[in-house]
Amino acid sequence: MSTAASSSGGGTREQGRSEFGVALFLGAVGLLVLVSALLLPESRISRGPVGPAAVPIVVAILLIVTSVFLAIDVARGGRGEPEGGEDIELGGGTDWRTVLMLAVAFIANALLIEPLGWVFSGAILFWGAAFALGSRHWIRDAVIAFVLSIGTWYVFALGLGIVMPPGILEGIL
Amino acid sequence: MDALSSLIDGFGTALTPTNLLFAFLGVLLGTAIGVLPGIGPAMTVALLLPLTRGLDVTTALIMFAGIYYGGMYGGSTTSILLNTPGESASVITALEGSKMARAGRASQALATAAIGSFVAGTIATLGLALLAPTVAQLAIKVSPADMFAIMVLAFIAVTAVLGSSRVRGLASLGLGLAIGLIGIDKTSGQQRLTFGIPELADGIDIIVVAVGLFAVGEALWTAAHLRRRPVDVIPVGNPRMSRSDWGRSWKPWLRGTVIGFPFGAIPAGGAEIPTFLSYVTEKRLTKHPEEFGKGAIEGVAGPEATNNASAAGGMVPLLTLGIPTSATAAVMLAAIQGFGIQPGPRLLSSHPDLVWGLIASLFIGNTALLVLNLPLAPIWAKLLRIPRSYLYAGILFFASLGAYAANANVFDLFLLLIIGAMGFMMRRYGLPLLPCIIAVILGPRAEEELRQALQISNGHVSGLLDPMSIVVFVIVALLLAWPIVRRLLPRRATDSVLAEAAHEIEEAHEHTGLTTAVSVERHTERRTEVSVERSNEPGAW
Repeated sequence: MSTAASSSGGGTREQGRSEFGVALFLGAVGLLVLVSALLLPESRISRGPVGPAAVPIVVAILLIVTSVFLAIDVARGGRGEPEGGEDIELGGGTDWRTVLMLAVAFIANALLIEPLGWVFSGAILFWGAAFALGSRHWIRDAVIAFVLSIGTWYVFALGLGIVMPPGILEGIL
Repeated sequence: MDALSSLIDGFGTALTPTNLLFAFLGVLLGTAIGVLPGIGPAMTVALLLPLTRGLDVTTALIMFAGIYYGGMYGGSTTSILLNTPGESASVITALEGSKMARAGRASQALATAAIGSFVAGTIATLGLALLAPTVAQLAIKVSPADMFAIMVLAFIAVTAVLGSSRVRGLASLGLGLAIGLIGIDKTSGQQRLTFGIPELADGIDIIVVAVGLFAVGEALWTAAHLRRRPVDVIPVGNPRMSRSDWGRSWKPWLRGTVIGFPFGAIPAGGAEIPTFLSYVTEKRLTKHPEEFGKGAIEGVAGPEATNNASAAGGMVPLLTLGIPTSATAAVMLAAIQGFGIQPGPRLLSSHPDLVWGLIASLFIGNTALLVLNLPLAPIWAKLLRIPRSYLYAGILFFASLGAYAANANVFDLFLLLIIGAMGFMMRRYGLPLLPCIIAVILGPRAEEELRQALQISNGHVSGLLDPMSIVVFVIVALLLAWPIVRRLLPRRATDSVLAEAAHEIEEAHEHTGLTTAVSVERHTERRTEVSVERSNEPGAW
């Protein structure tokens, strides 16, 4: 059992400081929405009494007010409750290395999907993500990755009529 | 009976060989994906959304009905066979379910869950069929002002869910509304929050938001806290129940249906509250109180029936008002919108074949659930052993595939990662996901209704107020002011079943180790109570 006062040692104070970051983020998004709404040019084809800026201004105010209240809540010792899950073990720190490697695999797919094609970029994504998550079966992972990417290419093309980018395999697939 | 003849027509639509096949395929895929640990019903539906893009609308929705029920049921299998806390709706099932499984009664737990889901789902779908035409008839008379008020109510109700932090709910709501603003404003043709990026002019595709928040966010979040110890899966044979199990199960199933259906129909945060209520009810009414906490079958039968009944109850506002009450329903709504169909009060009269076909396939999906899941349980148990590196790599793989397939645009993949990062942050700091996804989907429509209402009244704010919307706004005000109202009420009046449920929720969260921190609001409210409890259990911390 753990409450705000007793959660793992110095983690609380650190989380407290980073929770102000959430409040800051909300405030920043709110300001962005507000400024961009105020900068909207006069519309020529606008219909009705409510212009395009009205609702964004309300949303911006909601965000800014919420950010203030959140900051107050955090200052008074309130903490957000990290989400649990079947495979999640809270208590230890955040494993940023894994997250970073996953992001790299993800971005690699986004950059390569059109030049190389889904078969390769998807396989790189799967293999890279499995590697990031600690799998070291190099060959087996690669086989699974290619089976998945080639399989999904055909299922989407033949079953759903959606053609993923063939890339360098154009004409072969 | 008008509803019955329409329902028979609906069966005519749903029972064609192709549609029947897709209903079964939906249940099979929904259960298979939903059973995987870490994948909740909302992520199941979001990940499988792209699969329906190539299908005709009716067939796609019929498949979705199967996925919807399959995903729900899959989640409870996970929580029975894995002794770890899962997503919130099945936390309750895990309380007694995994205890039953440990005691060698896994097959009975799975059987009462499957049969209870079938019974509750069937009764609740019947309720949906009977209720939907009446509600839709009333809803057609609803003015834009009323519709706007109802949407505001939906926003506030999902935000002010019992037992969670209001400020964080509002933060999530605000972020969702801001995402919903992105794109060209329909009424004026102005670009809002697009920053000159042409890809943003049409707004962010809801598939990208849903997959980003639920799939990518969850995969990244789990990867950052991955349990490295080997998983502990309880082996299971074919589900079966003895005569005494049946005797102890049927009443909780029926009570669960009665609790779940109305709760599903109101936007009160999905299945978490009704399943807790069902658990509390069963604990109080049982003839075997000594078994609770050690694996009482009533504690599985009731909440599981409640879960499925609330899934069917959630279809009432979805089909008649176009308002989702749970994350899963929100993704379903996105699927309907993806086919260019405007959900709302007119859906039932403009697309009766689609709506009734969907309702009929909910019955079929429910039956398929029972037929497939009793014999397939041992296979589902094997799926739980999938290596976690492949599981989460697979989630990222299929998330990217689905997001790209939706619009064939690389830009969407980068958006997916950004929204995934936001989902990560929200999970880290306890911002609930439900208000965000509901705001993304309902926000633009709420704005439209608001502007229409004010156009009718020529800009007078009084145009927003008529008898019905005033009632709705009063409810909104009460929900917002609840912490203050509660203090003004006499102490005894607040000691309702709901208060007890809130207490049970906290207790269970502590029990499963889910709660590591609490918000100040809750903290101050129950400071006295908590301190008393603490002194009773000094060893617990």
